[in-house]
Amino acid sequence: MTTTDSTQLGLAEQGLSSTNFEPKLEQRYRYDNIFKALCWIATFSAVFVLAFLVSDFLMDGIPTLSWDFIVSGPSRKPEQAGIWPPLVGTIYLLIITAAVAFPIGVGSGIYLQEFSKDNWFTRFIEINISNLAAVPSIIYGLLGLFVFARVFAFITGGRSVLAGALTLALLILPVIIVATRESLKAIPDSIRMGGMALGATKWQTVRAHVLPPAIPGIMTGTILALSRAIGETAPLIAVGAVAFIPFAPAFSIEGLQSKFSALPIQIFNWVSRPQEEFHAIAASAIIVLMIVLLTMNATAIIIRNKFQRNL
Amino acid sequence: MQSQASPTAVGTQDVFKVENTGYYYGSNLAVRNVNLGIPGNKITSFIGPSGCGKSTVLRCFNRLNDLIPSAHIKGRITYHGVDIYAKEVDATELRRRIGMVFQKPNPFPKSIYENIAFGARINGYKGNIDELVEQSLRGAALWDEVKDKLKESGLSLSGGQQQRLCIARAIAIEPEVILMDEPCSALDPISTLRIEELMQELKEKYTIIIVTHNMQQASRVSDMTAFYNAEATDAGGKVGYLVEYDETTKIFQNPAQEATQEYVTGRFG
Repeated sequence: MTTTDSTQLGLAEQGLSSTNFEPKLEQRYRYDNIFKALCWIATFSAVFVLAFLVSDFLMDGIPTLSWDFIVSGPSRKPEQAGIWPPLVGTIYLLIITAAVAFPIGVGSGIYLQEFSKDNWFTRFIEINISNLAAVPSIIYGLLGLFVFARVFAFITGGRSVLAGALTLALLILPVIIVATRESLKAIPDSIRMGGMALGATKWQTVRAHVLPPAIPGIMTGTILALSRAIGETAPLIAVGAVAFIPFAPAFSIEGLQSKFSALPIQIFNWVSRPQEEFHAIAASAIIVLMIVLLTMNATAIIIRNKFQRNL
Repeated sequence: MQSQASPTAVGTQDVFKVENTGYYYGSNLAVRNVNLGIPGNKITSFIGPSGCGKSTVLRCFNRLNDLIPSAHIKGRITYHGVDIYAKEVDATELRRRIGMVFQKPNPFPKSIYENIAFGARINGYKGNIDELVEQSLRGAALWDEVKDKLKESGLSLSGGQQQRLCIARAIAIEPEVILMDEPCSALDPISTLRIEELMQELKEKYTIIIVTHNMQQASRVSDMTAFYNAEATDAGGKVGYLVEYDETTKIFQNPAQEATQEYVTGRFG
């Protein structure tokens, strides 16, 4: 600990003189404590706001949360309305987005970090990826609407789950690429040299020694990116998710190409209605969304820890 | 590739020959005009002040410098008469024959067993890998210390043990030459002594080239010594060059060049 009380201060007071230094210990420790207090306030203001938010929607949402609420479809009557179609839509989006964005993002990250030559073209791509991470999500929504819902309508079926998931995948790709590169960058070059010096090819070295220790970092980046994607509303509205669909998309090709809703869309729709009852079930839907997110994060953390242990 | 002469024979056949070789980063000359031969089953040490190019020359022997963009050599380095920088020579295949031990121990973040098995697997080793692991660890004088914990991470070992693990990893793929780039600079004196003793055993089977900052080490372990120095260029940079290359006893007791004399007696560097 850096803190100390005044009785410990000063060998000078004990009779050991030092002429050229003026330690001002008391003052320095005071600054220590002030800085510590400021950091404490910063931490706990964030925790406080979060606790406030959570307790707020828990209080509003718990009374109307029931099994029926989860497995029912939409309704004009708030007491009969449920979230099954948007819940299935969200899970669908989650799976497809991860399945598309993870391999492409990690692949690009590995290529850029380990294999690409350092020339103007690579740097041009790097700058573009960094910029893409900063593009507002509504722009991705419009891009998705044009490319996935219109141009590739023969594959996606128009404004469908697939079009929405591909849009979200596009949205989080830059984040996954950057996270992958940063994780790989943290692996010391001596490991690569060691592998190559044994007569391993680049891929053998990366595959066996560089990628495994980087996986926890890659997973963390991917989890954060996916969490963001699943909470996104704007791009899904642009692509054409709707708040009122009577049936959940089926688990089939046709289901992929069907119209869809998602929890954030449903929540947004309900809170923008005048009736108080809809606000309450919106809070219930928020609880469900939070549970989906926490489950996903927990799964990813388990996978990450498994890799960490194996090192 | 079996053409090495008996280690005791006079005029042992050189394993490596470096002829008029210069080393460049882009258009900058880093090391100029090196000429030397590396005799088989001997320990050759490269000494000299920082920036004189001794590590650079060492890394030419297994073409590890290929990994640095813009770096290239002019001249010829031959391994048993084969130009290793020729187009037909595959650097990956070359590196299987020329092992390397680095300055800082760099075991893979894997088990002790896997550290050694990796090189064997990727190079298509046809024998029994369990036996190879034991034999390599014995060769590196590490077996007794780790035989009960082969599944533990290589990073759990002490620095000196890690470096011997790296030596075991290098000899597991049956190289002919082992390059050592200041292998003891991160180790304490006792670990250093163990590595030096190990080197004396290893030279029965392998040719060793060692870069060292420690002149006592060079005089203790090596048969041949090359002294490199660096001088300022007109452009403001530094260029390394080989000052003198001879038997170690001669370099340390009766060198031909004055600069060598000054360096080995500790008057500069």
